[in-house]
Amino acid sequence: MKKLLRTAAALFLLATSASHAAEVTVAVAANFTAPMQKIAAAFTQDTGHTATLAFGSTGKFYAQIKSGAPFQMLLAADDETPAKLEKEGLTVANTRFTYATGRLVLWSKQAGLVDDKGDVLRTGSFTHIALADPKLAPYGAAAVETLDKLGLTQTLKPRMVQGESIGQAYQFVATGNAALGFVALSQVMVDGRIAEGSAWVVPANLHSTIKQDSVVLATGKDNPAATALTAYLKGDKARAIIRSYGYEF
Amino acid sequence: MLGLSASDWGAIRLTLELASLTTLLLLLLATPLAWWLARTTSRWRAPVGAVVALPLVLPPTVLGFYLLITLGPLGPGGQFTQWLGLGPLPFTFGGLLLGSVIYSLPFAVQPLQNAFAAMGTRPMEVAATLRARPFDAFVSVALPLARPGFLTAAILTFAHTVGEFGVVLMLGGNIPGKTSVVSTQIYGHVEAMEYAQAHWLAGGMVLFAFVVLLGLGLLNRRNVGVMP
Repeated sequence: MKKLLRTAAALFLLATSASHAAEVTVAVAANFTAPMQKIAAAFTQDTGHTATLAFGSTGKFYAQIKSGAPFQMLLAADDETPAKLEKEGLTVANTRFTYATGRLVLWSKQAGLVDDKGDVLRTGSFTHIALADPKLAPYGAAAVETLDKLGLTQTLKPRMVQGESIGQAYQFVATGNAALGFVALSQVMVDGRIAEGSAWVVPANLHSTIKQDSVVLATGKDNPAATALTAYLKGDKARAIIRSYGYEF
Repeated sequence: MLGLSASDWGAIRLTLELASLTTLLLLLLATPLAWWLARTTSRWRAPVGAVVALPLVLPPTVLGFYLLITLGPLGPGGQFTQWLGLGPLPFTFGGLLLGSVIYSLPFAVQPLQNAFAAMGTRPMEVAATLRARPFDAFVSVALPLARPGFLTAAILTFAHTVGEFGVVLMLGGNIPGKTSVVSTQIYGHVEAMEYAQAHWLAGGMVLFAFVVLLGLGLLNRRNVGVMP
């Protein structure tokens, strides 16, 4: 019993001494799952603050934030949603910035199917090409822009299958249900290399920049962890992690 | 029209087609299965009954995920459908139909099983003493007696298929006119922040579900004990 009390007292002391360490709940776009988990771990190690992460789609988060969801920060998959929240007065001024720029890739699980110029789009005999719904996902919109630029949208339309998110588009290709598809480079890149299959990294000039913006929400106004995480995302350590997943700045 | 786009109307039409065909197919499949489950003393009864009930407790995403893998060109189901010359089923109406049949199976089997069990063995025995062959007795005695069960099974299957979401989302690929159904349309509208259209469709779904359940309730007052 005595021992238990002593342990409890020690834990209590530990908890109070760490009380300057704050916690922030962050809504994170699903495509940023892997890098954010790494960043959050490093963030805790370096600052003592904790970031609790919720992963999901930007559109859903928007609806939830409007309805008073307990998020203090949003790392969106686009730059429109944070801007919209800012216009609606739901964010803290001067906290919105682009934490990463996404790259689009045409990817297949089969080695050698996708060439490094994307010619397969013209010549390939595939049944389905997967992409994220352009209405819901910036990567989907970028895929359609790319096909428009190449003049292939009409030809390929009958063969398109749309995932509700970039995650689902990846799933369609990964399970072989679609021979190839437009996904985020971050989904197929491990340690700076395409992990398997074949890919064409779509030149950035074929679509508008996929800017992913972060913003502190009004609920995180006086939260030191939110301020710290915003700064941390701009730091070298975080940027190195972000870059290793195929994002740019 | 009504604040709904052409693709919304297309989704409504497709949903009704999918639900009707699923109901028809399931009644054909579920009748012999339910009859066997209600009558058999085999030790297979419990495991088969459990498998039939699985879609009641599994998240639809589980069904959708496994169907996507199994029916894909690399999966055993996909290999089989390609051998049949059908090609892989995901992203086709046929794939949705198969998914819906599996997903709504318990909703068809269980009311029928209850109806057949409630009938007892006497009617069939009496028919047999009057020299009716088993199949004849089944058609002219058992089926009419189980009519409320059929009605319940049909209504529940139809309504459950209309409300399907996870399986379609995982298996469909959101192709307008081929695999976009009402529930996935609503999801898309909400994600795209088109709340007005989402309200029209979602409100319609609530009304539809209420009318169906109210109808079932009224049916049940007339024929006691057909609700699963």
